[in-house]
Amino acid sequence: MAHTTGVLSREAQNEMLKKERRANNAWHKLLRNKMALVGFIIVCLVFLMAILAPVIAPCDPAAISPLDKLKGPGYVSSKGITHWLGTDEFGRDLLSRLIYGAQISVVVAIGSTVVGGVIGILLGLIAGYKGGLVDSIIMRIMDGMFAFPFLLLAMIMVTVLGSGIQNVIIAIGVANVPSFARMVRGQVHVVKNEEYCNAARALGEGDARILFRHILPNTISPIVVYATMNMASAILSEASLSFLGLGITPPTASWGNILTSGKGYLQTAPHLATEAGLCILITVIGFNLLGDGIRDVLDPKMKK
Amino acid sequence: MSEEILKVENLKTYFFTASGVAKAVDGVSYTLKKGEILGIVGESGSGKSVSASSVIRLLPKTGRVVDGTILFEGKDMRKISDKELRKIRGSDISVIFQDPMTSLDPVFKVGSQMVELIRTHNKVSKEEARKIAVENLALVGIPDPERRMNAYPHELSGGMCQRVMIAMAISCHPKFMIADEPTTALDVTVQAQVLGLLKELQEKTDTAIMLITHNLGIVWKMCDTVMVMYAGKTVEFADMKELYKNPLHPYTWGLLDSIPKLSDTEKAELKAIPGTPPDLRLTGKCCNFYNRCPYATDICREQVPELVEVAPGHKVACHHQNGVETLVRGKEAASDE
Repeated sequence: MAHTTGVLSREAQNEMLKKERRANNAWHKLLRNKMALVGFIIVCLVFLMAILAPVIAPCDPAAISPLDKLKGPGYVSSKGITHWLGTDEFGRDLLSRLIYGAQISVVVAIGSTVVGGVIGILLGLIAGYKGGLVDSIIMRIMDGMFAFPFLLLAMIMVTVLGSGIQNVIIAIGVANVPSFARMVRGQVHVVKNEEYCNAARALGEGDARILFRHILPNTISPIVVYATMNMASAILSEASLSFLGLGITPPTASWGNILTSGKGYLQTAPHLATEAGLCILITVIGFNLLGDGIRDVLDPKMKK
Repeated sequence: MSEEILKVENLKTYFFTASGVAKAVDGVSYTLKKGEILGIVGESGSGKSVSASSVIRLLPKTGRVVDGTILFEGKDMRKISDKELRKIRGSDISVIFQDPMTSLDPVFKVGSQMVELIRTHNKVSKEEARKIAVENLALVGIPDPERRMNAYPHELSGGMCQRVMIAMAISCHPKFMIADEPTTALDVTVQAQVLGLLKELQEKTDTAIMLITHNLGIVWKMCDTVMVMYAGKTVEFADMKELYKNPLHPYTWGLLDSIPKLSDTEKAELKAIPGTPPDLRLTGKCCNFYNRCPYATDICREQVPELVEVAPGHKVACHHQNGVETLVRGKEAASDE
């Protein structure tokens, strides 16, 4: 027994193990990465904005005031309300609308990633694990979906399903399925031939158990990275769909449709499009920085 | 002691590849009694591992058992359903793999893997399973088992991981264990410890073990009976003591000679068996050892030697050692050539 305890006392060993764990802890590593920290803070702020929208928004985002329309940032209305970011073409407070717009973006980002992720991961797991004919059928369908440009696919779906936030989530989610499936399938191919999967089988575990208890957890890090990045593109997709008039329709505020309405007043009231655009830009950058950071932390080999 | 646990008869496992059928195991028979350790020896690709994985149907996709019977406690392992098989795997039959570092799932703690295994095969609560796991870790000589339960596999050394694997393997009181080169990936000093542990546990629990190895030293230390395999066939089967005292097959001689001895002078060359094993797609028409055997004659090229019992419990497959003729070890090429 003594030979493995070595020179250190048990307490000292425990302490060392704890320190090492902390140093290797993904969370701590992430916070030490400056760019990732910036991304993390941005993402947190957007989430907070979305959750606390009813509390922090200075005005009702739908309150119309025709007299105060298209005013620039800092405008004080006749009723004595300060519109910090100006007003839109109906005189609604833009700051409030952007804050409420964050709700849409966050819900769509999470919702569509969950929809696309769950379906895509399941299909990828099955295809990768079963192989053969099942694999061929699933992946050829995915290839078929890949053949359509992402936005086109989402547009087709929204056109079929109709607009509205639920349908936007479904459309973007389903359009995300093939990339999730393809990525997961590749990972499964790597993991399923690992010795521990074989060992698990030798010790009496069934297919489903091996798939979900051993293979899935071992593929989770690339999935997390991809999902984070995917949220950024989902926000962009929602904005694009709304911009094209297929996504969230006014009067519900979304960054995409604020951008659309701003398009008409680029000369007279440029703040409209600029502010909505900046919101999208910053949020997308935030998610991408966070995703990059997570990847560096979870997969040291990929770091350049 | 004489209760038969495993009876394998005329097992044939072939691999169906694009370039032909490889006869990885070609007509192998053996029995294992309760509390017995059978050593399977042979060089890489001789079919040792495949003959073991055939028993628990753990073959790669291209491999298939094409003939023979495998009886485990009277149950035909080739016919039972997948569900029954899963129940047997890990509880009645367990496996210890070659590389302990990769045989444990890297994302889970050692303890949770053990608890999960115990709960797969026994109806016990999480706390009870945990207690059993800690007991087993202590049993395999892991210091401070409570703490090790919370360690991830990468935090343990190879020897420790192998002990954990053994602890997992014995956690459901198997009647039969397959140890597939359990010490190949380990340090020599750790090898001795692990083997000692295996032997000790085996004596305590009366488990039958099939020990696959290419190290004859391990066989000497551990086994009751030994089967020497070459190119998918059994070439010699004997009691461990009998094999060392009176080895009969030229291949066994080669294996024994290739172990360097302490008594060798500095200049003595290491004796290796010349040549390489035959392509498994082409075997089965002559004595497989023909091209490397210093005693080979025409009959060796033309006929497959039968496995003949030359003395009680001692079988050998050689045309010149079938009880009628005898070869003298070290005397090259028979005189009739």
